[in-house]
Amino acid sequence: MTATTSPLSTAPVLEPARPRAHWRHRVPARVWAASAVLALFVLAALVGPLLLPYDPVATALPDRLLAPGAHTADGGIAWLGTDQVGRDLLANMLAGSRISLIVALATVVIGGAAGLLVGLVSGYFGGWIDTVLSRIGDVQLAFPSILLAILIAGVLGPSVANIVITLAVTRWVVFARVARASALATRDLDFVASAQVLGAGHARILIRHVLPSCWQPLLVAATVQIGLTMVAEASLSFLGLGIPADATSWGATVSAGRDYLGSAWWISTVPALALAAVVTSVGLIGDAFRDVADPRAQL
Amino acid sequence: MGRFLLRRLLQAVVVALGAISLVFVVVRVVPGDPATLILGPDASAGQLASVRADFGLDQPLWRQYLTHMAGVLHGDLGDSWRLGGSAVSSTLDRFPATLALAALALLITVAIGFPLGMLGARKPGGARDLLISTGSLVGQAVPSFWLGIVLILLFARQLNWLPSTSDGGAAALILPSVTLALPFIGWLARLVRNGALEESAKDYARTARAKGAGERTVMYAHVARNIAVPVVTVLGLLMGNFIANAVIIEVVFSWPGLGSLMVDAITNRDYAVVEAAIVTITLSYIVLNLLVDVLYVVLDPRLTPENA
Repeated sequence: MTATTSPLSTAPVLEPARPRAHWRHRVPARVWAASAVLALFVLAALVGPLLLPYDPVATALPDRLLAPGAHTADGGIAWLGTDQVGRDLLANMLAGSRISLIVALATVVIGGAAGLLVGLVSGYFGGWIDTVLSRIGDVQLAFPSILLAILIAGVLGPSVANIVITLAVTRWVVFARVARASALATRDLDFVASAQVLGAGHARILIRHVLPSCWQPLLVAATVQIGLTMVAEASLSFLGLGIPADATSWGATVSAGRDYLGSAWWISTVPALALAAVVTSVGLIGDAFRDVADPRAQL
Repeated sequence: MGRFLLRRLLQAVVVALGAISLVFVVVRVVPGDPATLILGPDASAGQLASVRADFGLDQPLWRQYLTHMAGVLHGDLGDSWRLGGSAVSSTLDRFPATLALAALALLITVAIGFPLGMLGARKPGGARDLLISTGSLVGQAVPSFWLGIVLILLFARQLNWLPSTSDGGAAALILPSVTLALPFIGWLARLVRNGALEESAKDYARTARAKGAGERTVMYAHVARNIAVPVVTVLGLLMGNFIANAVIIEVVFSWPGLGSLMVDAITNRDYAVVEAAIVTITLSYIVLNLLVDVLYVVLDPRLTPENA
């Protein structure tokens, strides 16, 4: 195992270079598995609620706390069981997956766009704009992001739009940092200077020459943030500060099932495991992206 | 060193004041009127006005801000309308319980995460290594609040080994701090593993191997010491994370700490307490970051205050 990380090392006796060279060209099996989980999740979020609509106010007391696979009173099968008022857990999960997906995507798009704009301006122009914007970012990073999220969500009150606002406000800094670093590294390169000499304005240089260098690191950051956002949304909903009572979310379902964990473990466990599976998959794919973007980070 | 310290200290003060201002802004743009919330919907206009005057809510916003910041500098964030008494003192009463939780979580994380990471670095890409790195991803993906519920069910309800909430004894600390630590054990293990791999490729490790030292000696006598520096410095960050993440775990375990106080206060719109709790957590976060910066320079003689 000597010197596996040094690019200069030639130690083929102990550690043949073959497996490492292989990895770079082939997508590992676990990334395929993660992609499959993610595809299933997106599919569930898109078409699931159409096939199996969820009614948040329905109650079917004869069907309450049925175990997964049990028959309901009307002859159907509750594949994932039912909850404390007899609602089908599978329908609940599908509706929750849609919320998770909407919140995660909207947050990353809004927070990412805001961060990209700030980071580009900050990194490209430098000077006092950079100082001011970076200090604002510092102040915000001085907060543990979950605290800021709890505070903003608590003040705004529960609603899907408010969760997105809350999480975008707590996440934009990450994107701004990434975009700033890329813009900073690019603005002194020769092709930017050439463009300047040819008479290109700041806007043109930013969009045509600096922006393309930001996409790759931004994509890696976005993948990581999608996972974190989903966990944050579930945490807020668990605390009752996220999703409103007339909608459903995986975090809210975990919270609702808390009191029934002894008698009906599935209510809390199914959404928690689903969340864990999706977030792990996003993490695995994020790692794969990072390895492609920066082969040196691959150990 | 003195100048470096002073510069970092000043930065920390600026960041702290910015953070406190941010909390003020967020809380004051609140749509609901705190006076109505305190008195209920049936209050008369006169009662509302008197409460607003009591809390300074009838002042223009900039004056409220100045009064607020002056209060902060005096360690006074106003009174809690729900608990009575000063918001700061009720916050500080709860802080030790949260600190104890975070400290034990830190201990658990290091005691398990460090050896795991070293183990993973022995054979990179091996079965154990893959298990540890996948485990760390899963550990961070499992929602901690659910993990807490499962631990309560298993160890408190079923096996009856440990109390599920604070009963004054030390055993009550175990379940919540394990819940807090679990997601970060894998995180630390990954950090240690990557650091150890990087270090074990360096010249001094090769020299040690060339002199005939066994792999075990190289890893634990030479490499482990060199990765101790970055690891010690992330401990401060971890501690800060634990204090912040404790908010959710405390709700799960009904733990009488700062987090459960804060969530209670938010749902009851007791903003003096909310602000006091957030300011306390944020300040400890900033102080820990400052400590980490200083520790970094102290621990690594190659870093001088100028290039740190």
